[in-house]
Amino acid sequence: MQTNQLLAMFSGSLLLLGLIAYFLARGKAARVRASGTSMYAQPDQYGWFTVMSTAGPALAVGAVGSFVMLLVGAEIPPLLLLAGSLVVACAGLVIGVAMVRPDFHARQAIERVIRFFLAGAALISIFTTLGILLSIVFEAIRFFQMQSFWDFITGTTWNPGASFLAAAGRAEEGASAAQFGSVPLFAGTFMITFIAMLVAIPIGLLAAIYMAEYAPPKVRTFAKPVLEVLAGIPTVVYGFFAAITVAPIIVGIAGFFGVEASFNNALAPGIVMGIMIIPFISSLSDDVINSVPNSMREGSLALGLTKGEMIRDIVVPAALPGIISASLLAVSRALGETMIVVMAAGMRPNLTANPLEDMTTVTVRIVAALTGDQEFASAETLSAFALGLVLFVVTLSLNLVSVIMIRRFREKYRVNNL
Amino acid sequence: MRQSFDDISAQLRARHRKSARLKWISMGALGLAALFLVLFFADMLVKGLPAFQQAKIQVEVDYSEQASQIPLAAVNEDVRPLVSRGYLRLIPGRMRDNPDLLGTTRMEWVLADGQVDQYLKGHHARLSDKEKAVVDRLKEEGRAELPFNTTFFTSGDSKMPELAGIASAAMGTVLTLLVTLAVAFPIGVMTAVYLEEFAPDNRFTQLIEININNLAAIPSILFGLLGLAIFINFFGVPRSSPVIGGLTLALMTLPVIIIATRTALRSVPDSIRHAAFGVGCSRWQMVRDHVLPLALPGIMTGSIIGLAQAMGETAPLIIVGMVAFIPDVTTSFTDAATVLPAQIFTWAGEPDRAFIEKTSGGILVLLAVLITLNATAVVLRKKFERRW
Repeated sequence: MQTNQLLAMFSGSLLLLGLIAYFLARGKAARVRASGTSMYAQPDQYGWFTVMSTAGPALAVGAVGSFVMLLVGAEIPPLLLLAGSLVVACAGLVIGVAMVRPDFHARQAIERVIRFFLAGAALISIFTTLGILLSIVFEAIRFFQMQSFWDFITGTTWNPGASFLAAAGRAEEGASAAQFGSVPLFAGTFMITFIAMLVAIPIGLLAAIYMAEYAPPKVRTFAKPVLEVLAGIPTVVYGFFAAITVAPIIVGIAGFFGVEASFNNALAPGIVMGIMIIPFISSLSDDVINSVPNSMREGSLALGLTKGEMIRDIVVPAALPGIISASLLAVSRALGETMIVVMAAGMRPNLTANPLEDMTTVTVRIVAALTGDQEFASAETLSAFALGLVLFVVTLSLNLVSVIMIRRFREKYRVNNL
Repeated sequence: MRQSFDDISAQLRARHRKSARLKWISMGALGLAALFLVLFFADMLVKGLPAFQQAKIQVEVDYSEQASQIPLAAVNEDVRPLVSRGYLRLIPGRMRDNPDLLGTTRMEWVLADGQVDQYLKGHHARLSDKEKAVVDRLKEEGRAELPFNTTFFTSGDSKMPELAGIASAAMGTVLTLLVTLAVAFPIGVMTAVYLEEFAPDNRFTQLIEININNLAAIPSILFGLLGLAIFINFFGVPRSSPVIGGLTLALMTLPVIIIATRTALRSVPDSIRHAAFGVGCSRWQMVRDHVLPLALPGIMTGSIIGLAQAMGETAPLIIVGMVAFIPDVTTSFTDAATVLPAQIFTWAGEPDRAFIEKTSGGILVLLAVLITLNATAVVLRKKFERRW
């Protein structure tokens, strides 16, 4: 029999059992109550409790069974497994109906089960982080068994070239040995991030200052959503824009000044990424500047400062932890940005300080290593996970520092809405 | 040193000028961002709007015996390179389905080749001078037009730009987002309800909270690595399918939904909770019957915004293989599929200039949908927002 049909039959019979359980238990409770005995809970609640005691253990058995099958590879016939869980369901039904007694707190039992389920859902986010960490770490360890960690950190040549041939057992056909020196990738990543920050931090911060200190309320209600639109545009669209529109403009301008620029120059993705990041900086900085206490503004104005001096010397320094926190979040966002660089930056690992040359980034190499038909166990594919591990560690630390900074700011000025 | 009155007032004027300068500079920064937005949309519109038109030419189609064998023979030699090969390929099949066609000759509006399309739109096209002359003649006779491009919305991907459309990608997006919503919405709402209404304030709860905030800031591509290593390699979920894409996106959307739901739950005043407890509700009854219904508009708004974010996401989907070439519209959750942003990514890599137009057209559709979704969220919030 097909697995799908089997599953359909299983869920059908479970549903039927649940219905039977509900009506049996509710009927029994109603009868008990009709006989004049007062009960702790409503008949409906006894019904629902029995449904839970029927379906819960059965589903748990099914889930554990299939998980064991997947994990250990133990061969349990699906038919046996499903039949087993149906038996458990019947047992649950009988026990559930037997528990319908006047002194049984059905409502509290339901409450406990629901609480358990909600806590289980909350655990999924923890499992997600663990899953990311474990999947990356395990594959990265496999990579570092093939390649030396030291070469990966300090090497200046990234040439995975023939590693997939080695994985296929045809190493001698590859002309040169694969090299995995990640320095050029990180250089490229930091170069593009640096350009992005040169665009995003001044514009974002100044826009935040304008919105928080100068703008009339009307402009503010209009400008904030407009800036948010910048963050809502999909990155693949930005990537296309950078590659098709911005890069040729930059090449043209460079050509006008007699400088040669590559069409995959680092400037185009950097600038476009910076524009994408403006709202991240401006909206958080705006919130922070707004929560600087007004007494500080009034005090400085009373001492005779002009408005500009007040902003420069009092408000911005007070808001600095929040602004730094926003910038760190923005840096972490820029480091992990993928589509813009995949589409607009180059593929060639290139160690250079010239932003007009093509250079590649960590995320570009991750995508390049994992697309295309390659042996999963090859060093090139696994190198993606090693790069991912570094990316994870760097962004995680940036995020944590950022959270600590904003918490410090919050404690200093006792604001709760950040 | 003593300063004269004039010195001091000059100094003061300079300080005020400086102060005014900051105002103009900061205003300029905001203006710059807005200017970019305008330029960006203008550029996309100019590049993408032509994609909604597609050249058709009127030619004489000869349904002869020969044409059923060699479809090229159905049209005259001088217009042969101008007609889409995709159209010609269909001729034998149509003749089989409709035997009456055999032996007739009709004037028909047929889909033109992608190069003719580009030429008619005034772009550079790879046509010989002779072919260009033929197109010009057809245009003068009113036999070449640029009607609305329905193919773009009804067909899947194709290597021929005149036949390429977004239908299969749109379907893939819908399927993927259904999976995302089905997974992320219940889990997200449950997590938020637990954290806001049930959880004791202990170490464990704090850990979950820090973890959720951190998840929201993890680069999206790492979720792709998770999907590849755990869902595909470990659990054996089919690669490139809407299921794997949806699951990966669900994990990404989860923090957005959780944070939005928590905010919505927090905005429900405690008096509601106290009143519910007062009439004898249990905690779950209080949440189910009183707090959740009141928080629902906020939850919906947050979920729509999260969904819009997931819809534009590309990087993790590329990692789990959703950049496949999908010519047919499929409605299966486990077959290979592609999504709109991935389709845009694929087209952006095509060397043919006609595909730049298609890419921009796809981008316009994607942006239109995203703006609609976000606008819906804003309207929902405005409409149901309650001040307690």
